[in-house]
Amino acid sequence: MSFESFAEFIDMGGHGLYVWLSYAIALGVVVINIVNPLMQKRQIFTEQVRRLRREKQNP
Amino acid sequence: MADKKWMPRWFYQLASPRWCYDITGKLLPIFAVAAVLLLVTGTVWALMFAPADYQQGDSFRIIYIHVPSAILAQSCYMMMAVAGAIGLIWKMKVADMVAKSCAPIGATIAILALATGAIWGKPTWGSWWVWDARLTSMLILLFLYFGVMALNSAIESEQTAAQATAVLALVGLVNIPIIKYSVDWWNTLHQPATFTLTEKPAMPPEMWIPLLVMVIGFYCFFAVAMMLRLRNEIVRRERRSSWVRELISG
Repeated sequence: MSFESFAEFIDMGGHGLYVWLSYAIALGVVVINIVNPLMQKRQIFTEQVRRLRREKQNP
Repeated sequence: MADKKWMPRWFYQLASPRWCYDITGKLLPIFAVAAVLLLVTGTVWALMFAPADYQQGDSFRIIYIHVPSAILAQSCYMMMAVAGAIGLIWKMKVADMVAKSCAPIGATIAILALATGAIWGKPTWGSWWVWDARLTSMLILLFLYFGVMALNSAIESEQTAAQATAVLALVGLVNIPIIKYSVDWWNTLHQPATFTLTEKPAMPPEMWIPLLVMVIGFYCFFAVAMMLRLRNEIVRRERRSSWVRELISG
C-alpha cells in the first residue's frame, strides 16, 4: 500500500482533484461506450419487430 | 473473386455477416470478463499499490489512464483505416461495418487521452494545454475521427459513405507516424514513449506492470465496445435477410 490512511488516499499528495478527475472521465468513457450500443440495440430490435408485424398485417 | 486459394478460409468467413454475428456473440462474454478483471485489477494496483513518482508524486498515477488511452486511440485508428481499405479493395461489407464502428469509440478514447493529458499537464507543466507537436497531432487524430463520423452521417448511401470514409481514414493514416515520432522530431514538453518494443521501460517493474495490465484491459474493453457496435450494424443492414428476420422474431 502506498497510503497510510483513507484521507491520504483521497488527497493523492495534494493532487487528488487531478487524479480522481482523470479516473472519473475514464469511467465515463467506458460506460458511454457500453451503454450507448446497448441502447441502440434495443432501438433497432423494437423497430424491426414493428416492421415485421406491419409486413405481416398488410403483405 | 475467381481464385479463392490465396487467402485463408477465415478471411472469407469474416466476409459473411451472419458468421461474424455468431462468432462475436461467442467472443463478447470472454472479452467482457477479461476487460472487467484486467481493468479492476489494474485500477486498484495503479491507485493504491504502485509507488508514487519521486518527482511528480501521486499525479503520476494519471499515466495508468493516459498511456493506455493514447495507445488505444491510435490502434483504433489504424484498425479503422485497415478495415476501410479492405472494404474498398474486396468490397467486403463487414469490413465497412467494422470501420464505421471504430470511429465513435476511437473519438471518445482520443478525448480521454487528451483530457487526461491536460489534467496531468496542469500540475506537471503548469498549463492545461500547449501547442506542442505531440498534443497537436493527437488533436488532429480526434478531428479525423470526427471527420469520419460526420461523413458517415452525411452520406445517405451506405456504400458511398463507406468508400468516402475509407479514403479519409487512409489519408489521415499519415498522422499516426507523426504522433509517434513527434517527440523525437520536434522539441517538446512531452516525455518520450513509455513502452517500446526494443528497450526496457525506463521505470521499475512495480510501475510498468500495472500499466501493462491497464493497456491490455483497455484493448479488451475496446474489443467489447467494438463488437457491440458491429453486431448492431450487422442487424441493421441485414434486416431484410431471412436469418435476421428469424433472429428478431425469435
